[in-house]
Amino acid sequence: MGSDYGLPLLVRTTVRELGIRMKIHEYQGKEILRAYNVPVPRGHAASSPQEARQVAETLGGNRWVVKAQIHAGGRGKSGGIRVAANPVEVEQIAAALLGQRLVTPQTGPEGQAVQRVLIEEGCDLVQELYCGLVIDRQLGQPVCMMSPVGGMDIEMVATTTPDQIFREAIDTLLGLAPFQVRRLVEQLKVGIAAQQALPPLLRKLYDVFHDKDCTLLEINPLILTSMGTPLVLDIKMEFDDNALFRQPDVLAMRDLAEENPLEIEASRYKLNYIKLSGNIGCIVNGAGLAMATMDIIQLAGAAPANFLDVGGGASAEAVENAFRLLMADPNVQAVLINVFGGILRCDIFAQGVLQAVMKAQVKVPVVVRMEGTNMEEGRQILADSGLNFRIADGMEDAAHKVVQAIQG
Amino acid sequence: MSILVDQNTRLLVQGMGREGRFHAEQAIEYGTRFVGGVHPGRGGGAALGRPLFNSVAKAVADTGANTTIIFVPGPFAADAILEAIEAGIGLVVCITDGIPIHDMLVVRRYMARKDVILLGPNCPGLISPGKAKVGIMPAHIHTPGRVGVLSRSGTLTYEAVSQLTVRGIGQSTCVGIGGDPVGGLTFVQCLEKFQQDPETEALVLIGEIGGAAEEDAAAYIAQYVTKPVVGFIAGQTAPPGRRMGHAGAIIAAGQGTAASKMAAMERSGIKVVHSPARIGEAVADMLGPPA
Repeated sequence: MGSDYGLPLLVRTTVRELGIRMKIHEYQGKEILRAYNVPVPRGHAASSPQEARQVAETLGGNRWVVKAQIHAGGRGKSGGIRVAANPVEVEQIAAALLGQRLVTPQTGPEGQAVQRVLIEEGCDLVQELYCGLVIDRQLGQPVCMMSPVGGMDIEMVATTTPDQIFREAIDTLLGLAPFQVRRLVEQLKVGIAAQQALPPLLRKLYDVFHDKDCTLLEINPLILTSMGTPLVLDIKMEFDDNALFRQPDVLAMRDLAEENPLEIEASRYKLNYIKLSGNIGCIVNGAGLAMATMDIIQLAGAAPANFLDVGGGASAEAVENAFRLLMADPNVQAVLINVFGGILRCDIFAQGVLQAVMKAQVKVPVVVRMEGTNMEEGRQILADSGLNFRIADGMEDAAHKVVQAIQG
Repeated sequence: MSILVDQNTRLLVQGMGREGRFHAEQAIEYGTRFVGGVHPGRGGGAALGRPLFNSVAKAVADTGANTTIIFVPGPFAADAILEAIEAGIGLVVCITDGIPIHDMLVVRRYMARKDVILLGPNCPGLISPGKAKVGIMPAHIHTPGRVGVLSRSGTLTYEAVSQLTVRGIGQSTCVGIGGDPVGGLTFVQCLEKFQQDPETEALVLIGEIGGAAEEDAAAYIAQYVTKPVVGFIAGQTAPPGRRMGHAGAIIAAGQGTAASKMAAMERSGIKVVHSPARIGEAVADMLGPPA
């Protein structure tokens, strides 16, 4: 830990900086856990009110929980998790939730459409614990975190009662060792039944985390029943996009309805695209330069419509697809291309831009800043095209020209 | 002088596909001593006038390679890194992006037991202008000199370097540490080397949102670095919770924002520029007119 300056370690670990990856629904996460013999409540997902009622009748019992299945958290506080006393009520709750847009603190104001509900047997609980597996980028190790204060936002716990979070850094060459698990569980001060049941459960969770290439596996709450046995009441799992090639079962769980349509299109073209709220479309090669381009647009007094990295090489095909994406965004009033190539030939790049603009029927002004070899020839090609190109000298000039362009 | 690579670099290229071959050629053209390539299945052959090997161990034994640059595709790249470390190579530069993070976690634990410097993955590599180029950066934008550049970006680094070069400000070494959340060489380790290098007089530090590498660097600079530093953070306008291309570039729960990083850097006496177009100008101002 030679480089541990600044922020306290605990806070760093609880920051879910690796969390924005492929996500799955709670019911899917519980299916994965079941396959590893991790105890989860009996239950089943349903996509119609009738189906929800049938699930409740099949489960039996006298209390059911109906949970809206969306990727965003904060469902409980937003009416997305409700308790029913009979199957008819299950059907009514399902009817109220299905097809509605659920707005939670994590969805944004437009909310997220509920397409499925999970119906589970009601569980009695005497204690709520927290259990999380994350990757600590400073340590370069996975960390298992546990807290006896479960059921609430763990970042809140980290701020208010940091001494109530216990952690073990995992040596990936060893896995989560039995002694580490004992050390964690001992600090929770739970009853004897839980003390015996938790260690094997934690080791299974690490197996899931490792086997499935998770970047986040969070169980909140992990409850203790009146019998003292642990049960996974809610689960959040996120996966490493770069490892999906070896996780076909996980990839099959991807729910495109939860993702932004333009971003799905971008991923099909293998472009890094994130939609933002401004009106200047950006096409840039490289993630760092793309962020810096957004910054300089803001400094020039305007706002970027997107983040878009077409890759270091900025191929003609990538640029053409980039224009298609930008033209599908009605907010885009002008486009700024910022490409620093070096080994890129500007004449060839300019030809590609020209064709892309024609094919994608670009009607808005396009400001081009390009750096590489044969720069003069490249500029000439754009200037001679008769299309609405403005050539810029450097980033600052590019930002000013594109702001001028939207001001007419 | 310079750091990490120079005239004594004996370069191996792992993954002699189209990209590996192209950049090997560029490195040779720059005067880097390219000693051979590793490409399983092509051992015994040759490329660019140098031998090809099936394994890194054999390549090291036959050529005395001390540095390797890796172009092996993501699913196999971590294995290529491990093989290079096992063979005793001192500097491993991994260009490949898209390596599964769990693979990198294994690499990190394995390297802790070895004497090796890993640069990357998902990085442009490094160059000591006029001496050696071990990376994919365009050579012509660099010029030899006394400013050290360290960065988490690729093309943004080229932007900054070209701003220096057009002002006649040369570079000692330019290092791109890469945009992945779990990698090798950190800003702090890189700063240690630049501080010790008598030829480096000033530094340019280019960071990004996400993580705490820039805060770590700022704290280290305040305590140990006596050379003047100009800094820039990309992603001042990035929204929280969205990964901006680099897996490492994410703002979560108010942590790793550009504002917090810039404040930490300013507190450490770093000259922080807000516009990416003003990096070269700030270095020129700091160095003053040439003597």
